[in-house]
Amino acid sequence: MADPEDQMETVQLTEQQAKARRSRNIAIGLICGALVVLFYIATWAKFGPAILDRSF
Amino acid sequence: MNTVADKVETTQFAADVSVAEPKDFFALLKPRVMSLVVFTALVGMVLAPGGIDPILGSIAILCIAIGAGASGALNMWYDAEIDAVMTRTRSRPIPSGRVSANAALGFGMVLSFFSVLVLGVLLNWLAAALLAFTIFFYVAIYTVWLKRATPQNIVIGGAAGAFPPVIGWAAVTGSLAIEPLVLFAIIFVWTPPHFWALALFKRDDYERAGIPMMPNVVGDASTRTQILVYSLLMAPIGCLPFVLGFGGLTYGVVSLGLGLGFVALAYRLWKVGDADPEYRAAKKLFAYSIAYLFALFAILLGEHVVSALIPVLA
Repeated sequence: MADPEDQMETVQLTEQQAKARRSRNIAIGLICGALVVLFYIATWAKFGPAILDRSF
Repeated sequence: MNTVADKVETTQFAADVSVAEPKDFFALLKPRVMSLVVFTALVGMVLAPGGIDPILGSIAILCIAIGAGASGALNMWYDAEIDAVMTRTRSRPIPSGRVSANAALGFGMVLSFFSVLVLGVLLNWLAAALLAFTIFFYVAIYTVWLKRATPQNIVIGGAAGAFPPVIGWAAVTGSLAIEPLVLFAIIFVWTPPHFWALALFKRDDYERAGIPMMPNVVGDASTRTQILVYSLLMAPIGCLPFVLGFGGLTYGVVSLGLGLGFVALAYRLWKVGDADPEYRAAKKLFAYSIAYLFALFAILLGEHVVSALIPVLA
């Protein structure tokens, strides 16, 4: 038996909690991906080819 | 390989972990209000001279929508207690227990910050400042202060809902002009008769929540009179785009006709008085008011799109 000091408390998620957490994680992932694409496109739209000018 | 889990004994217990799904956070953004904000901001952008890159224009609309949604989330955070006692709002994410108040506060703050920042960096800082002011006005001035303090709450607070076309215009031009201010004025004077019609048939809800809406403070008769007065003020202001030349003949005819229809319904509501216990006249005016505002902005948008397409097609 483990030493009581090493005892770790963990939570037992209900099925509903686990499902909700999974759907939140998927949504956050999709939004992060969409933001990457959005800022990439926005950078091109804002600066155009000048974004490649690295002469400074 | 030994892991911590192999070494220690675990104790499992049910925890108070959120059951909020993405749709609950989306509901915090008040999507129906957001759709009207997007639409009016789009009209402000389309009417603005000079045009805008469509990608940057789309991002501006997205920022305005998210900023408006963020202010909705902050409004729901602050109003959670009164939302819980009103039939219209008790199924919202916070009073129903699906989203915690702290989560809604964090969600609203983060979205507010980033919507303003992105609008400022990618478009211009006038538009961003107007968006920031709109969020501040809706949350701090309307929600926190006016809503519980005075029956004039939605008269002054209506300014928050009137800003989106001004922000849309500013996003394109980086400046202000008479046209977006007229659009602001239309929404501003439309708000009192729209909300007071709702407040008449939701009077008991507001009474329970302790919100001093006009019917609860001065009574139905005085509210009906004020609705009529504001309608008489609103109808000519609705025609101003035609008078000032940025609305065409179609807009002029339709805005006049719809404005007279609005006044007629407000007059009927005033005339019927207490002989309408089901509030049919108020419900009819409320529904009509939504169609009225949508129609005015849709015609402005349609006229502008058609006039832009004619040279291309010719």
